[in-house]
Amino acid sequence: MSSMKAGLIAIVLAGTLAPFAGAEDLRAPESFASIADRSERSRALFVEAGRVLQHPRCLNCHPVGERPTQGNDSHPHSPLVVRGADDKGAIAMRCATCHQDANYEQSGVPGHPLWHVAPKSMAWQTKSLGQICEQIKDPKRNGGKTLAAIQEHMAQDSLVGWGWKPGGNREPAPGTQAQLGALIAAWIETGAACPKS
Amino acid sequence: MSITLDINGTRREFDGDPQTPLLWVIREELGLTGTKYGCGIAQCGACTVHVDGQTLRSCSAPVSAVAGRPVTTIEGVSSRTAKAVQKAWVDLDVVQCGYCQSGQIMSAIVLLEQKPKPSDTDIDRAMAGNICRCATYQRIRAAIHAASSQLAG
Repeated sequence: MSSMKAGLIAIVLAGTLAPFAGAEDLRAPESFASIADRSERSRALFVEAGRVLQHPRCLNCHPVGERPTQGNDSHPHSPLVVRGADDKGAIAMRCATCHQDANYEQSGVPGHPLWHVAPKSMAWQTKSLGQICEQIKDPKRNGGKTLAAIQEHMAQDSLVGWGWKPGGNREPAPGTQAQLGALIAAWIETGAACPKS
Repeated sequence: MSITLDINGTRREFDGDPQTPLLWVIREELGLTGTKYGCGIAQCGACTVHVDGQTLRSCSAPVSAVAGRPVTTIEGVSSRTAKAVQKAWVDLDVVQCGYCQSGQIMSAIVLLEQKPKPSDTDIDRAMAGNICRCATYQRIRAAIHAASSQLAG
C-alpha cells in the first residue's frame, strides 16, 4: 500500500470516528473533596452533572414548547412533530411512527421502547443550570419524585441511558450513566445545593 | 430464522435478515408495491403502513419488529373510514403525480379513526410527516374534512 493511500485511509477513518471523539469523561465525586464548604461542594457536583443534563442528547427531548429538537445544534425536529396529549406525539404522527424499540442503523433513526418527550413541567431548554436544578428538586415539577427517586432515574432509567448509546454518528453524553448516578448521589449527600445561575 | 408476519390478514413467512426494513419485505418479497419507497430515512411518509392500527414508517422498522403483529398496507385497507377517504380522494381529485398518496391515505385513515372530526390543526399535525412534492396539501386537507363529513352523515 502506498503511503499516500494509507494516509487517505487514516484521514477517512479519523473523519468516521470523529463524532465519538467528543465523548468526555465526567469527574468522580471524590475529586471534589478538596472543596471544604459542603454547599459549595454540592453546587460543584451539580455543575459537573450539568454537563450531561445540558448535553444535546438530553436537552433535545426536554423542550419548552410543543416541539422537540434534534442534532448537536438542537434544530427543530424534522419532520415536524409535537408532544401531543401524552408526550408521545400527535394522532397518526406518534413518536413510534418512526422510532422503534432500538436504534435502526439502516435508516439512521434512533429508537428505544419508551421514546417520548419529557413533560412540559420538566422542560430544560432555555433554562439556566440553576433553574434546572431547582426544577429537578421540586416535586410539583419533577413528577412527584423524591431526591432518591431522582437519583435512581438518572442512574438507572433506560431511556436516560440511551444518551450514552445514541447510535449513528450522534455524540454520546459525557462519561457514563453510572458516573452521572454517582455525581447525583454525591450531590444529594452534600445537601442538593443548586448553582446560583 | 423464519419470521411469521400477518400482512393484510394473511399469514406470511419471511426467511431472511431480521434487520431487513419492513418496506423491502412488503415490496420485494411479498410483491405489494402500493407502499412506496421515498427517502428511506423516515422523512417523507411514502412508506406508511398500519401496525396495530397505528401509522408506521416501514422504511425505518426492521421486519422483526412486526413479527406476529397485524400489518395493513394500502392494498389491505377496507374499513368504512378507508372507503370514505377513498371516495373523498376521488371526488376532490386530490392526486397529482400520486407517488406519495398511498402514504397520505394511510395517515389520513388513522387520523379519522381516532379523531372523526379533526380540526385543521389536527390534520396538519397528523399529516406533517407525509411530504407531497406536487404540493397537494390543500386538497388533502379538504378531502379529510370531506371524508369526516361523509362518515358523520
